[in-house]
Amino acid sequence: MMQHGISVPTLGVENLQVTYAVAGGPVSAVRDVSLTVAPRECLGIVGESGSGKTQVFMAAMGLLAVNGRASGSVRFDGREILGLAPEALNRIRGSELTMIFQDPMSSLTPHLKIGVQLAEVLVTHRGFSWRDAMHAAGLILERVRVPEPQRRLQQYPYELSGGMRQRVMIGMSLLCEPKLLIADEPTSALDVTVQSQIMDVLRELRFEAAMAMILISHDLGVVAGLADRIIVMYAGRVVEDAPASEVLQRAHHPYTALLLECVPNLRDARLERMPCLPGQALGAGMQELGCAFAPRCPRATELCRLERPPLRAVHQSVQVACHHPLSP
Amino acid sequence: MPSPAVAVNDSLLEVRDLSVNFGAFSALTGVSFSLGAGETLGLVGESGSGKSTLARALLRLIPAARGTVMWRGVDLLSCDSATLRRQRRDLQMIFQDPLGSLNPRMTVGEALAEPLEIFEPGLAARDRQARIEEMLERVGLVRDAARRYPHEFSGGQCQRIGIARAMMLRPKLLVCDEPVSSLDVSIQGQIVNLLMDLQQEFGTAILFISHNLAVVRHISHRVLVMYLGRIVEEAARDALFAAPAHPYTRALLEAVPDPTRAPAGIPRVADDNLAAAGEPPVGSADPSGCVFRNRCRYAEGICEREIPRLEPVSAQHAVACHRWRALATSPDPTQSAVREPRPA
Repeated sequence: MMQHGISVPTLGVENLQVTYAVAGGPVSAVRDVSLTVAPRECLGIVGESGSGKTQVFMAAMGLLAVNGRASGSVRFDGREILGLAPEALNRIRGSELTMIFQDPMSSLTPHLKIGVQLAEVLVTHRGFSWRDAMHAAGLILERVRVPEPQRRLQQYPYELSGGMRQRVMIGMSLLCEPKLLIADEPTSALDVTVQSQIMDVLRELRFEAAMAMILISHDLGVVAGLADRIIVMYAGRVVEDAPASEVLQRAHHPYTALLLECVPNLRDARLERMPCLPGQALGAGMQELGCAFAPRCPRATELCRLERPPLRAVHQSVQVACHHPLSP
Repeated sequence: MPSPAVAVNDSLLEVRDLSVNFGAFSALTGVSFSLGAGETLGLVGESGSGKSTLARALLRLIPAARGTVMWRGVDLLSCDSATLRRQRRDLQMIFQDPLGSLNPRMTVGEALAEPLEIFEPGLAARDRQARIEEMLERVGLVRDAARRYPHEFSGGQCQRIGIARAMMLRPKLLVCDEPVSSLDVSIQGQIVNLLMDLQQEFGTAILFISHNLAVVRHISHRVLVMYLGRIVEEAARDALFAAPAHPYTRALLEAVPDPTRAPAGIPRVADDNLAAAGEPPVGSADPSGCVFRNRCRYAEGICEREIPRLEPVSAQHAVACHRWRALATSPDPTQSAVREPRPA
């Protein structure tokens, strides 16, 4: 997994388990997930609703709901952060380790001007004066291509479009020059045109800012344009971990291949019916027997229904959890 | 009164010069089109283009400032409320947020029974139950779902419930407002394919609203493209995708993410020139010219001065652009049409 020699990974998750205490006993949301993100690497995390893709990083950020429990290890820049006290986490969160979410409206405080919300980050984390922080806030808006940044600083969130709010959130996440930016479905609530603009902003940052990035989405089409490596999750587990180019050219897990087919595209000119996965994803709480994907898998055999396939390397830098992988 | 740019045989719905104002803001300006029985019309545009406003104005859920909506000999906008209520059984709608559009305190069975109780009050309870179970199975749910509550279902299943409720009375028109935008891409196709099957079976006409042309393409016979409250292009599906005439339509096509198109890790050249640039202006523009000109890289003097009217490109294709003839001969139809907007 260590692809960058001896350098310390920016994020190292090992054997992470997330369970929720609910009436009727604990429910697993994340099962034994391990992953690493190297400095400056962009990792894409793909999966359907309920696959646990968000839960991995909510656990890492210490943002689980009160009935959630995480175990295992999450090392950020070499330091263990799982189970860290809130005060210690607060020094990292929002400065070195930042996260943006799907809904940029509910991520911003409705009654504070954009400028105040941005400047506050630098005042809190970096001890800037309000005047200097405001200046920096204007610069960061320019960097994420917000038109008329000085005017925006004086506006409230409701005065901005969805795309503009997401740019503000990205700008806010960059203020303290983080080592890692986690973007959870950053474009899912936006129009396709605005989505492509936000992706362009993130793409630019990949090459300008010296930070790692994790891009979480249900849409492989969104992740594919940006990620160096892609991890596919299903029912709380990693089922494929491979370089993005490998995933796009020859997916190894049948689930990955099907997800790729489902991306609505304009290529297959004569296609009438829209490709989709049959059935629905098993969410948290299901009992594990065999491969969780077997009920929806065209390649499933008796073996798949009885025995869970372990995540194993099929060749260099590609790991797959499948008894019958495609293109060996 | 303007007639639609593209004629439809056997039309079910005839919309003429429909305009909606929110205060001083004109959300919809002079929209005219037809919808044939059993036809699917795709309606595409960005947030703020007026597509949801159009859907709501058609069904008189919001008041129109001007225009007519002729539906089987009745103008839905001027008829009395009793007449409107009678027509509503044939005019159903499903929404973007499938869970939010279901009453959390009603079981699925109760939600599906409601339209029958209102429009077929004479139906025996046992027959009603049978109709509900039949429809649940038809949309791919188990009969048992009738006894459960909406929150027990996934987003995709909730959308199936919404469709089942809308189809209970076998409507002649189903308006679908972004029915798959909040769903995982892996199951969007399930819903789109289900709608196509139901249309085959019941002959329902569908108005399918989406911001994603790649989704609209699968289901639509014809497509309307809207921008800032106006129709800017109208065409039969294949004609539109083979040769999009409006620069805005081209921009929408370009914005569809394609995993095979953007190589990972390599920045695309001249990102600024791609559809990437700009968003529709917020607020009423009260344009003296083309509403798209501030984002259009082909805009010329005439685009500032004159509002382009829909004019025929071919029998099945109309566009509202002063420059479409010049652009039609440009070598690459996917060549970007959009640039950074000028500050207002």
